[in-house]
Amino acid sequence: MDKAPGDTRVVVGMSGGVDSSVTALLLKQHGYDVVGIFMKNWDDTDENGICTATEDYEDVARVAGQIDIPYYAVNFEKEYWDKVFTYFLTEYKAGRTPNPDVMCNKEIKFKAFLEHALALGADYVATGHYARVERIDGHVRMLRGLDKNKDQTYFLNQLTEAQLEKVMFPLGELTKPEVREIAKEHNLATAGKKDSTGICFIGERNFKEFLSSYLPAQKGEIRTINGEFKGYHDGLMYYTNGQRQGLGIGGPGGPWFVCGKDLKKNILYVAEGFHNKALYSEGLIAANVNWINGLPEDKSLKCTAKFRYRQDDRPVTVHIKTKDKVKVIFDKPERAITPGQSVVFYDGDICLGGGTIDLILNQPEGDHFDFVDSTLSS
Amino acid sequence: MKSIYLDHAATTPIHPDVVSAMVEVYQNAFGNPSSIHQYGRAARKYLDNARETVSRMIGSKPNEIVFTSGGTESDNMAVLGAAFARKDHGKHIITTKIEHHAVLNACRYLESVGFDVTYLDVNQNGMIDLSQLERALRKDTILVTIMYANNEVGTVQPIREIAALLENHQALFHTDAVQAFGMIDLDVCETAIDLLSMTAHKINGPKGVGFLYIREGVQLVSRAHGGEQERKRRAGTQNVPGIVGLEKAVAIASEQFLTKIDKYIGYRKTLCHVLDQHHVKYEINGDPEHYLPHILNLYFPGIQVETLLMNLDLAGVAVSSGSACTAGSVEPSHVLTAMFGKDSDRAYSSIRISFGYGLTEETVEEAGKIIAETVNRLTQS
Repeated sequence: MDKAPGDTRVVVGMSGGVDSSVTALLLKQHGYDVVGIFMKNWDDTDENGICTATEDYEDVARVAGQIDIPYYAVNFEKEYWDKVFTYFLTEYKAGRTPNPDVMCNKEIKFKAFLEHALALGADYVATGHYARVERIDGHVRMLRGLDKNKDQTYFLNQLTEAQLEKVMFPLGELTKPEVREIAKEHNLATAGKKDSTGICFIGERNFKEFLSSYLPAQKGEIRTINGEFKGYHDGLMYYTNGQRQGLGIGGPGGPWFVCGKDLKKNILYVAEGFHNKALYSEGLIAANVNWINGLPEDKSLKCTAKFRYRQDDRPVTVHIKTKDKVKVIFDKPERAITPGQSVVFYDGDICLGGGTIDLILNQPEGDHFDFVDSTLSS
Repeated sequence: MKSIYLDHAATTPIHPDVVSAMVEVYQNAFGNPSSIHQYGRAARKYLDNARETVSRMIGSKPNEIVFTSGGTESDNMAVLGAAFARKDHGKHIITTKIEHHAVLNACRYLESVGFDVTYLDVNQNGMIDLSQLERALRKDTILVTIMYANNEVGTVQPIREIAALLENHQALFHTDAVQAFGMIDLDVCETAIDLLSMTAHKINGPKGVGFLYIREGVQLVSRAHGGEQERKRRAGTQNVPGIVGLEKAVAIASEQFLTKIDKYIGYRKTLCHVLDQHHVKYEINGDPEHYLPHILNLYFPGIQVETLLMNLDLAGVAVSSGSACTAGSVEPSHVLTAMFGKDSDRAYSSIRISFGYGLTEETVEEAGKIIAETVNRLTQS
């Protein structure tokens, strides 16, 4: 950062939430030339003409007025539909559990939005993510946010060093309660606003209903790993590995957990008991792997990994197969690994990158994939 | 940061003489003009004078002027009021595709309650075709509403010819002169206009006040029910200070009419000259002959208008696009779409520059440079 803050334009992605409001405030307090941008990515206008984006934009306008920065709105509905929502549907159709937030960061917030910000003369973009950017000797690394409860590097695993060079995460050093406190202290219009939950385009709606309006659901059989018939499912896309709720399996025994899907035969497989061995795996294959600071030189490395958001790190060995494909072997068997979710690698606080879980491995050294996911490899 | 205001077609800065005139009323005549006592009479005097001045400016009689809250109310009063008053004579209304939304949406509402509306096309200059209007006229046409000049591209319609065409037809003729007022020599008597809308804030007057000219004998159905103000045509205590502000603004506009036209034609030339010097690729949207001198709508091929507007704002130059934008949803300009078709990129790559009070040749030149440099930067990257 060679320029003085006053000459450094930072374009902040403002959602109308408390995190991005405080982000803009902190940058303004540091003397940056701050510009707020609201991204409209999804149109959920209901029959009464009410759209949550309009309400959120109102909040952006109020907060930007309070901290005295210019603000605008941009429309990325088309980009979002093409790059994020289409991926989301394709993954569900393939029986997997996608992570639209990861894709949104990759394609929208740190691509379309970043490009737009640069066209506005931005030196940096900033968002309200809980993550840190470390700049040492011309190298930029992404570190976990200091608030271990809120750390969002899991969702940012597809960012590259080139993107991070242009990024600021002012909340990375703060905890969520501290952020709320700052918002309250400055009387920001969004100080008391609830955190948004769930996937942004679904919001508070019923997930099953939402999905069924885009993808046809096909009822099918539920069977145990031994082939025993246990009932019927509403459509494979509604179930995710390790899931217990909504199976509707009665009778003796149980509880039952989803442990796999056969897409071709439209069968949902379940296993009995939380710790059933069928729910555990020894490793995984990940695709679309991104290494934030470039491909590691060694063919394999020991590090830690997260297989889902807000999970403790697990020690693993990563074997690099190609530039974007890895095999990950766990030190200890891991329960309910979910294809479609991200696997993200860490070296201490440094986020190394991550990829999409493609296949689950059940034998430590072998390449034999679990039968229940074999259809996904074709 | 610089601040150069080139969006005078959106609204204008208030003239200091207008402020003084209004302050005088606020301080000296707070009375209700309908009251019978001296306070009422004092306020009433201001009101009468204003009505007198305004009517003189447009060639009407004072009792043909109804003060309103501005352009939208005037347009609604005219279009809805005329349609409902004459519904027994027919259900057909003619308008254009490039009207302001105050007229367009009033017409859409009328369609929803059983009226039949014809929306005339315009050519690439934004001009209607008189023969299309002639063909569209039916026995049961009760109202023709066509704007005097367009607020986005500045094209001035052949109002005299339209009025002449309607001379022997039962249809009333309304024109929305909100944007044209002060830039065109208006005469409702000579031109045979039945209804004409105007607002003060486009001519350096206050916001929230305007008028509707209603030719003597024309009956409208009132949408507001209340007192008997404005000869029972518009219920509600008059906004006397606002109306006096309007009066002052109209007087100033009339005084400076000719010098303003010359000045703004000069600004247009200056701005285009600066763009040429910087080798900017652009085209003017509008009619090369019949245009409002203060509106300059420019098409920059390859430019994304939202990005351009944001950049210009960050550089201190305030202009606008015709597209309505709420929370990032961009609705392309219905005017440019009507002129160039749905598939044209014009609606996504054009800005409206509009001149007005307080500008100088130098500021226009400076703004031209900023626009040129920004467009060049954005098209090169």
